[in-house]
Amino acid sequence: MPDPAPAAAPAATPSAAPDRQPLVEMRGIDVSFGGVRAVQGVTIDLYPGEVVGLVGGNGAGKSTLMRTLSGARPPDRGEIYVDGKLATIANPRDAKAYGIETIYQTLALADNLDAPANVFLGREITSRGQLDDDAMENETRKVIGRLNPNFKNFTSPVMRLSGGQRQAIAIGRAIQFNARILIMDEPTAALGPAETAQVRDLIRQLKKEGIGIFLVSHDIHDVFDLSERISVMYHGRLVDTVVKDDVTADEVLGMIILGKPPTKLTEEDVAALHG
Amino acid sequence: MALSETTGQMATEGRPASPIRRFVDRARVLFAPVTTRIALLEVDTRLIGMIVALAIIWIGFNIAGHGTFITARNLWNLSVQSASIAIMATGMVLIIVSRNIDLSVGSMLAFIGYTMAMLQSVWIPQLVGGQPQPWIWVATLLVGVVLGAVIGGAQGFLVAYGGVPSFIVTLGGLLIWRGLIFRYAQGQTIAPLDQTFQMLGGGTVGTRVGALGDIGSWVLGAIACVAIVVTLLFARRRKRRYGFPTRPLWAEIAVTVLGCAIVLAAVFVAISYPLPPNVADAVAKERGIPVPPDGFATGVAIPVVVLIIVGIVVAFLATRRQFGRYVYAIGGNPDAAALGGINVRWTILKTFSLMGILAAISAAVSTARLNSAVTNLGVQNELDVISAAVIGGTSFAGGIGTIPGAILGAVVMQSLRSGMSLTLVDSPTQDIVVGLVLVGAVGLDTFIRRRAG
Repeated sequence: MPDPAPAAAPAATPSAAPDRQPLVEMRGIDVSFGGVRAVQGVTIDLYPGEVVGLVGGNGAGKSTLMRTLSGARPPDRGEIYVDGKLATIANPRDAKAYGIETIYQTLALADNLDAPANVFLGREITSRGQLDDDAMENETRKVIGRLNPNFKNFTSPVMRLSGGQRQAIAIGRAIQFNARILIMDEPTAALGPAETAQVRDLIRQLKKEGIGIFLVSHDIHDVFDLSERISVMYHGRLVDTVVKDDVTADEVLGMIILGKPPTKLTEEDVAALHG
Repeated sequence: MALSETTGQMATEGRPASPIRRFVDRARVLFAPVTTRIALLEVDTRLIGMIVALAIIWIGFNIAGHGTFITARNLWNLSVQSASIAIMATGMVLIIVSRNIDLSVGSMLAFIGYTMAMLQSVWIPQLVGGQPQPWIWVATLLVGVVLGAVIGGAQGFLVAYGGVPSFIVTLGGLLIWRGLIFRYAQGQTIAPLDQTFQMLGGGTVGTRVGALGDIGSWVLGAIACVAIVVTLLFARRRKRRYGFPTRPLWAEIAVTVLGCAIVLAAVFVAISYPLPPNVADAVAKERGIPVPPDGFATGVAIPVVVLIIVGIVVAFLATRRQFGRYVYAIGGNPDAAALGGINVRWTILKTFSLMGILAAISAAVSTARLNSAVTNLGVQNELDVISAAVIGGTSFAGGIGTIPGAILGAVVMQSLRSGMSLTLVDSPTQDIVVGLVLVGAVGLDTFIRRRAG
C-alpha cells in the first residue's frame, strides 16, 4: 500500500496532524561567530501550507538561523531535512535547488541593475549562451504585476524605485521560481499600510498554494495574524514552539522578553512584565 | 525676467536659489525642446556628453593649432596612438565595475611584450633555424595571450580566493613584472620584430602597410553599417513581439543614420590620409602603375581594427553574457550577488584574467608599432588606462561603467596630449592639464549624478 502523499492536503491544519511529513526540519542547529554562539541547538520544522512565525528580541538568532536554511551561512553543527531527506545546503544555490527561496530584510538587490536583472539574478534566461533580456522582462512584468499592478518601471536601475517597489522585486524574485519553502525576513518592515496589506494577502494566497513559510518578524501582530505556529528564540536558543490558538499575545511577549515557556512562568515573572 | 523668476521658484522650493542652480535650471528650460527629443533617442546621455566634449577639444585645438589638428594625418595618428590604451581600458572597466583595480597593466604589458619579442626574434628562430616563418607572428601572439591570461589570472586568484586587496596585489605586480624585465633583459632592446607581426602596429615594412587601404576600409565601413541596422532592427522586432514600448520610428532612423554617418566619416578620414611618398613609390613600382595624384590611401589602421574587435567582444561579454551581468551585480551589491548564487570569486578571477589577455594584445600593438621591445615599455600606462575608464564614466563606487565610454575616454585623453604637443605645450603642463581634466570630469559627473538622484 503506497504512503499517502504528504503534500496532497495542504488545507489541513498541519499542527493537528503531526504524523504528516514536514517540508523542512532543522535539527540541533549550531552557529558560532568567533567565540559567540549565535544559534545553539535549535530544532524547528515547517509543514506545507503553514506559516511558522519566528520571533525574538534583537540578537536572538532568528536571522542567523534562517541564513543557514537559505545557504548564506552553513551551520557548524546540526542537520537540515527537506521532505524527510537529509539535505546538503552549503550555499544559496543549493538552497534554491531544494525550492527554498528567501526574501532578505535588506532585500539583497543590486541597485545598479533593473528589475528583470534583479529578479533573475543568478538564474538568467539565456538563449544560445546570450542573456535574453526581453524574455526576462516579460516574466518580470507578469510576476510583479501580480504583486503590484502599478509597477511600471522595468528598465531603470532599482535604486530609483520606492521602498515598496523594491520590496515587490524582492518578493517577485522569491515566487518566480516555484518556491516550496519561503523565508520572509521582516517582509513589511519598510512598507506603508497599503503595501503591508498587499504582502499579507500574498502570504495567505501562497499558503493556499501549499507553500511553507517561515515568517521572521519583530511585529507580534503580524505574526499572530498570519502564523499557525510561533517559534520563539532567546539568546540563540529556542524557547519553545507554540500553536498560535493555544496562546495569547501576552504569553508570547513573555517568552520573547524572559526566554521562558508560558508553563514555566512564575507569578513574579508576570508581575515583572507588567511592572 | 519672468523666466528666471518661475524657474527660480521651481528649483528652490522656498530656499534662496544659488546662482549655479538658477543657471542650470534656466539652461534646462531653454534646452527643454532639445533634451526631451534626445531622451526619446534612448541613447546614453553620458556618451553624448563625451562626444560633445571631444568635439569641443578637437575644434579648440584646431583653432589654437591653426588648422593642424583636424587633418586626416593627425586624426589617423590619434587613432593609432589611442588604440593601445583603449584596448586595455575596456578590460579596466570590468575590473573597476566589480570594485577592484589593476595597477599592474603597464608592467604586464611590458613583461608580455618583452616575452613576445624574445619569442619571435630569438627563441623561435633559434629553434627552427634562421628562415623567416609565416606562422611566427601567430605563435607569438598565442603564447602572449595565454601568458596574459595566466599572470592576470594569478593576480585575480590572489584577489578573489586569497582575499588580498586588488590594490596591493597589483601594486606588487607593477613592481614584479617590471623588475623581472630589468633583471633578465639587462637594459637590452629586442629588435627587429617579425615582419608580419609589425603590421599589428600599423606601420609599414617595404610595401606592406599595417592598414586596410581604401577598399578594405570601405568594406569595413559597410559591414559596420549593416551591423548597426540589423542590430537595431532585431532589437525592435523582439520588443514588438513582447509588446514592450519601442522608441518612435523617427528616433530609430535618427540613431541608425547617426551611427552610420560616424562610421563612414571615420572611414573617409582614414582613406584621406595618403601613404608616405617613399612607400607610395615602392607600392607603385611593385604594382607597375604610376602613383595617383592623391597618393595611395592608407585606410583604417590595423591597431584600430584590433581595438574594434576587442571593443565588440568585451562589450558583448559585459552586456550579453551572464559573466558581464555578474560583474555588474557584484559591483552593485556584492552580498546580493553572493545570495543570488553567483560564484563571486570565480567571476572576479575571470575579470583579472581578461585584463591580462588585453594587456597581451596591447603589448603586441605597442611593440609592433615600435618594432622593438624596450625596458620602459608601457611605463605609467596603468594611469592612462584607469583615467580613460574613469573619464569614460566608470564609477569607483562600482557597478557603473561602459565599454564605449572607456574607449571614448582613451580618445579624449590622447586628443588632449596630442593637441597640446601640436600647440607646443611642454610636457609638465600637459600632465597638469590631463590631471585637471581627470578630476574635473569625475567631479562634474558626480555632481550631475547626484542631481539626477
